[in-house]
Amino acid sequence: MTAPDLECRALTKRFAPDAPPAVDGVGFSVPSGSFFSILGPSGCGKTTIMRMVAGFLEPSGGDILIRGRSVLSVPPNKRPVNMVFQHLALFPMMNVAENIGYGLRRRGTSKPEIARKVGDVLERIGLPEIGTRRVDELSGGQKQRVAIARCMVLDPDVLLLDEPLGALDLKLREHMKVELKALQAAFGTTFVYITHDQSEALVMSDAVAVMNRGRFEQIGSAQDLYYRPQTPFVAGFVGDSNRWRGRVTRVDGESLELQTDGGLTLRAARNGRAIAAGDRAEVFVRPEAIHPARDAAALEGCANMLRGEVSTLLFNGAASRVRVRPEGAGADTEIEVALPQSGAFAGLARGDDVWIGWTDAQAGAFAAAAAE
Amino acid sequence: MTTAPKHLKLTVAATALLALAQPAAADTLRLLTWGGYAPEGVIEMFEAETGHTVEVTLSNNEEMIAKLRATGGGGFDLAQPSQDRIAGPQEEFGIYKPMDLSRIDAAQFIPSMLEATKDNTTVGGEVYGVPHVWGTSGLVLDTAKAGMVADYTDLCAPEVAGQVSYRLRRPTLIGFAFAMGMDPFAAYGDEAAYAEILEQVESKLIECKPNVKTYWGGGDELMNLVRSGEVVAAMAWDTGGWKLNEDNPDVTFVAPASGALGWVDTFVLPAKGQADDAAYAWINFVMQPEVAAMITEVAGNFTASKGADEFAPDALKAKYQASFTPEALDNIKWYPPVPAGLEAIEGGVLDRVKAAN
Amino acid sequence: MTGTSARLGFVLLLAPAALWLTLLIVIPHIDLFLVSLRERIGVGQYTTSFANYGTFLDEPLYLMTFARTAIMSVLATALTLLIGFPVAYYIAKLARGRTRSVLFLLCLVPFWVSELVRTFGWMILLRETGLVSSLLQWAGLAAGPVELLYNDAAIMVGLVYTSMLFMVVPLITTLDSLDDAVIEAGYDLGGSAPSILREIVIPHAMPGIVSGCIVVFMLSLGNYLTPIMLGGKDSLWFTELIYSQFILRFNWELGAAFGFVLLLLSSVIVWGTLRLTGQTLRETMG
Ligand SMILES: Nc1ncnc2c1ncn2[C@@H]1O[C@H](COP(=O)(O)OP(=O)(O)OP(=O)(O)O)[C@@H](O)[C@H]1O
Ligand SMILES: [Mg+2]
Repeated sequence: MTAPDLECRALTKRFAPDAPPAVDGVGFSVPSGSFFSILGPSGCGKTTIMRMVAGFLEPSGGDILIRGRSVLSVPPNKRPVNMVFQHLALFPMMNVAENIGYGLRRRGTSKPEIARKVGDVLERIGLPEIGTRRVDELSGGQKQRVAIARCMVLDPDVLLLDEPLGALDLKLREHMKVELKALQAAFGTTFVYITHDQSEALVMSDAVAVMNRGRFEQIGSAQDLYYRPQTPFVAGFVGDSNRWRGRVTRVDGESLELQTDGGLTLRAARNGRAIAAGDRAEVFVRPEAIHPARDAAALEGCANMLRGEVSTLLFNGAASRVRVRPEGAGADTEIEVALPQSGAFAGLARGDDVWIGWTDAQAGAFAAAAAE
Repeated sequence: MTTAPKHLKLTVAATALLALAQPAAADTLRLLTWGGYAPEGVIEMFEAETGHTVEVTLSNNEEMIAKLRATGGGGFDLAQPSQDRIAGPQEEFGIYKPMDLSRIDAAQFIPSMLEATKDNTTVGGEVYGVPHVWGTSGLVLDTAKAGMVADYTDLCAPEVAGQVSYRLRRPTLIGFAFAMGMDPFAAYGDEAAYAEILEQVESKLIECKPNVKTYWGGGDELMNLVRSGEVVAAMAWDTGGWKLNEDNPDVTFVAPASGALGWVDTFVLPAKGQADDAAYAWINFVMQPEVAAMITEVAGNFTASKGADEFAPDALKAKYQASFTPEALDNIKWYPPVPAGLEAIEGGVLDRVKAAN
Repeated sequence: MTGTSARLGFVLLLAPAALWLTLLIVIPHIDLFLVSLRERIGVGQYTTSFANYGTFLDEPLYLMTFARTAIMSVLATALTLLIGFPVAYYIAKLARGRTRSVLFLLCLVPFWVSELVRTFGWMILLRETGLVSSLLQWAGLAAGPVELLYNDAAIMVGLVYTSMLFMVVPLITTLDSLDDAVIEAGYDLGGSAPSILREIVIPHAMPGIVSGCIVVFMLSLGNYLTPIMLGGKDSLWFTELIYSQFILRFNWELGAAFGFVLLLLSSVIVWGTLRLTGQTLRETMG
């Protein structure tokens, strides 16, 4: 088995001795040619990891290996990784071709060789004509591609991308998501991508690490994270969820019963997690796992069945939802329910009486963190 | 729309006002003089007695003339250049106006000085200046370390190498010329002869340059140099030597063997002076013996006021007598008026000396 | 109606600047130029000629003084840049928060006192009986008093000290505008510190470097007190020639000609430098 392109072991960074670490014992490995994302809220330490990998920050602990070799003692300009910066950091004093050729010039590549490689890479990013343009004459998307080309031309073992789409508008961002994935596939380079936008991470990545407060909560495929979250943070952070907190009244094999603080009784699955009767727990249910119905009979097989009143309609074409206030629960308890794309419930209106239900397997329960 | 023209008028009026530099009230005397010649106390007495007010601007010979030339003789009501700097600039630039001698109390002046100054400042039959303060320049020496210096040329001796200072100005040229046995004053009328004398002085000064620590520019600079002991022999004014003597008894003013150079600072009326009454009142006021003695005490130099010696401080008189034996007094070389144009020749020499190394 | 009043408003708005320009800059220069064309042929008599400019060209002393002044000023400018650049880089890129403002204030300190006092300060430090000399003796590095004043090095020290702020401020401004990420990108792509300095930092800072250099060069060229007081008997500065022509020799005509020569030659030098570095005045000043 060949060594992964990038491996971090128990990577830790403390900016101040008394402050909590910005990165706390993070370990992961990225196989060659894959697209790895780190997803987390702002300030969780994503950039700090990147900067340690690129060599701009010295880790307080742990190790970074590239192709099996520790690079801790290698200065940033000698590391076989390159970075696409959040604001791209193209060199404004050079034109596009000079920007892309910079790294090659530093390596002492011959002039004709540089010209050829720069031409090649411009071709591959689909901008063959812009070599002589000034950087400030490019559109946002073009700059983006030039910034990637500038790194790719050096054929790095690992390409680091720090929220490279952050500065783009929504439309372009959607477009570039697809393009980036295509570029990565075309170059076959290992990408490590950081973002706080879950859809970017889920769409592009082979594997995603969800990060919170300096730690990795879970590493897995997009599907894993979405359907099989292992921590309440992941369950809450990746995708939308209805979330309840309460006390477990009964545990029955994998299934359990929970009395929510809002007064509902719900059944949920514990998925092998250690939860006992009497514990405090949290339950997450995705809106699309909840079925709406005109009457209870239509919800056969759902362990959870509630009757309620539509309090809000959230029309969004195929992704329309409603909020339902269940009977017997507090006024602040609202359950978000995705409407089936069949259009069966298109006529639903505010104030209508509906039944909703979901299976206990669709409701993941987690032991509530002690602090909460 | 009506406001705009008004604005315009205002602007124009304001500009015009600015342009026509405000004329001073007739009873303000704008005095262009040397430091120490118009002490606070004297001004207060004068203002109390006459009701005029006095505004003092301190300067030196060259700047006085440059200032008056720039304004065509305006901006001041009374100026005090040296007597040798009156006839030449007057012929060349016309910056003074004649004195009305009838408005001056001649009895307050030492007659010989008044007559000499009148002679020296006469242009086209009109008298332009009357004397006020006089003094000499010569050698300021630390007698303990530079006792061997007796004349300007001794400043070039190896004994005082690197510890010498003088100004790179015309008195130095004149002083060296005398010390070298020539008479530059006699050659004033003959540009060629004068240039020849200066040529010799030039080579002497260039030869002497390695001995010089620095050419001093201002009185304070020289005082610092001598006080710190960095300079032990310098060409300077008599008062400078006497002042230094108070701090260090070894330092004093010495009249050079070839004779100290005597200067007389005068009173002249700038051509566009606007307070002649106040100017004449000031002249007559400060020439009173008691007042003149007050000025002597501050400035350190004696005046042309008859009988003021009586009121002068004894310490100063003692220093004066120590520096000037009767023979030395007789040997003082009084500056005759500088003919217009000589400065250009001197300037070339001074520039070349400065550039030499 | 509104058109004319708006135009009038514009004219009035511009009037102070225009007035200032003409009254204080254009008119005196024209006057000075006219004075420089007068040749004295006798007492109070003048004709119009270029004789004064001829004097400048004929007398090697004047040319030499000018050349010396220009070379020393260029040297002072280069030294100021050499010292100022790391300082500006440190302030703009490395220092944070309080340190930054303190360092910046330190650059300003020399300007809290007048130029005269500043120069006197250096004289006190450098003179034979001064602080530095005493320190050297105390440290056993010198056997007797050392005179550090009255030489070209002293002039240089004074000029560089006086000019530092005018170099550092434009440099800080341009360096500040260089994104740190751009420098990091340089390292990331394999650049070494010298190559990043040469290819990224200096090209970016070029407008600041050029404008700083122009200002420092002009200030040094036009400085009077520093070279005279610190240079002593060998100062020989062109402004001194102008001063002595105007004030000591009463030779306004030659002084004015010297003034114009200085204006012309310094403009030529600045223009040449701009051309050489491929900068335009607009870029540099804008
Ligand atoms: N140089 C530094 N000195 C001190 N603290 C720092 C430094 N850089 C980052 N931090 C802190 O470390 C934590 C993680 O910062 P980091 O930049 O890695 O966050 P991030 O996940 O990239 O956030 P964002 O999505 O907003 O870019 C933050 O709390 C931040 O304040
Ligand atoms: Mg970040």
